Amino acid sequence: MSQSSQPETTARREWISALAKAPPGRLAALLPDLPAHEMLRAPEIGTVMVQGRIGGTGVPFNLGEMTVTRCSVRLSEGAVGHACVQGRDKAHAARAAVADALMQTGAAPQIATQVLAPLRAAAARARATRAAKAAATRVEFFTMLRGEDA
Amino acid sequence: MYVAVKGGERAIDAAHAWLAEERRGDPSVPELTVAQIREQMALAVNRVMAEGSLYDPDLAALAIKQARGDLIEAVFLIRAYRTTLPRFGASRPVDTAAMAVDRRVSATFKDLPGGQVLGPTFDYTHRLLDFALAAEGTPQPAPMAPAPDEPVPHVTGLLDRDGLIEQQPADDTPAPDLTRQPLELPASRALRLQALARADEGFTLSLAYSTQRGYGRTHAFVGELRIGRVAVEVELPELGFAVEIGEVELTECDTVNQFKGSKSEPPQFTRGYGLVMGQSERKAISMSLVDRALRWQELGEDFTGAPAQDEEFVLSHCDNIQATGFLEHIKLPHYVDFQAELELVRRMRREAVQMQEAAE
Repeated sequence: MSQSSQPETTARREWISALAKAPPGRLAALLPDLPAHEMLRAPEIGTVMVQGRIGGTGVPFNLGEMTVTRCSVRLSEGAVGHACVQGRDKAHAARAAVADALMQTGAAPQIATQVLAPLRAAAARARATRAAKAAATRVEFFTMLRGEDA
Repeated sequence: MYVAVKGGERAIDAAHAWLAEERRGDPSVPELTVAQIREQMALAVNRVMAEGSLYDPDLAALAIKQARGDLIEAVFLIRAYRTTLPRFGASRPVDTAAMAVDRRVSATFKDLPGGQVLGPTFDYTHRLLDFALAAEGTPQPAPMAPAPDEPVPHVTGLLDRDGLIEQQPADDTPAPDLTRQPLELPASRALRLQALARADEGFTLSLAYSTQRGYGRTHAFVGELRIGRVAVEVELPELGFAVEIGEVELTECDTVNQFKGSKSEPPQFTRGYGLVMGQSERKAISMSLVDRALRWQELGEDFTGAPAQDEEFVLSHCDNIQATGFLEHIKLPHYVDFQAELELVRRMRREAVQMQEAAE
């Protein structure tokens, strides 16, 4: 990433993440047709070891693995896209890699509005719904009148 | 001998065909789908993921279906599958302080930033069978309330400000991995936590309970228990930077324990830590109690001979796949071994009878 500036890296990190976290069916519905591409690395299923920290802040330890699928593609016009998605859905990984490549081409504004924006909105809605349900279970303590105060 | 092997094969095939039929049960009852197990038996799925040490709800649900609901058999299937997969790398340590919490409670502080959030808990239910569930139906939608946009900091941080609790300073020592190197004792705390995170829930619960009853007593309070989703961030070498590739649901427990101090440390609270995949607070609390009990040497406490203090005992027996593998192998043919034992017992009996006759 020597030639890319920090904001570009941040933007790419965010769209790769949005594509990885997208429900595979939703991504397929938003991006049904893929442009011609060659597989630099065909979708491959493997694992990533998830780490935690002792006490939440201390020394790292291995919690356990999670399944992931990775894929790299090159569009006919030359842009290279990468994906590493949670789970074992090869079509999801391939589609996410193509979308990453498209985001580096003239198609970027179209992908951003037609694919990424709906994905981000849906993710934000899902998160807000859970947060709202959690908030409804928040305990509001009140102090009962104490004997000696009466 | 060859004839016996052929006969064995036929019997095994028939046994497996019958197993498949029994697994399906009464064909007039609709078949369970993997998605139904994943969605409606979520805590069983969580347990299989935690002890199988592989986060993948669909795979865990499939394993439960294949194992006819035998969760240890399902864990076995997941562990076996895991060995077929290449490992691409390790995540960055997850940031549990940034967890999107479904549940967050503290038994030590009533009022705390972020509040006490009960979440979808069994606590405060009456534990009476709900016969309404025997009928099908859609539950009422859960109430919602405006979610305050405030951080939910770790409770232990509150005590930390006054120096009343031991700190866990960040450190980037590479994590040891018991799936790659054989377990060597004494084990680091990081290695013990990896073993406990995948340990059998029942075994961990019993050990933790034994510490509460006085076998390695550590006077634990639940400083904080939180359940929710955290982002998993992985460095992708082809990109040269880290990306959030997904989310996992975790349960974290921080216990707070009395500590009278040592030569180098003033009296303060010490901590036990539990972190488990999925929603599993019984396991997370148990893990933090056992973690704390195993720290007796580091904290200059006495070894009272309690099982929960004995690292070798805990780490050698906490894995239910190792345990069940060794336990269940004794039901498999041991004809030659047993023939030798039989021969030995017959000879000893003969000799004993001869000695008795000689004495008379």
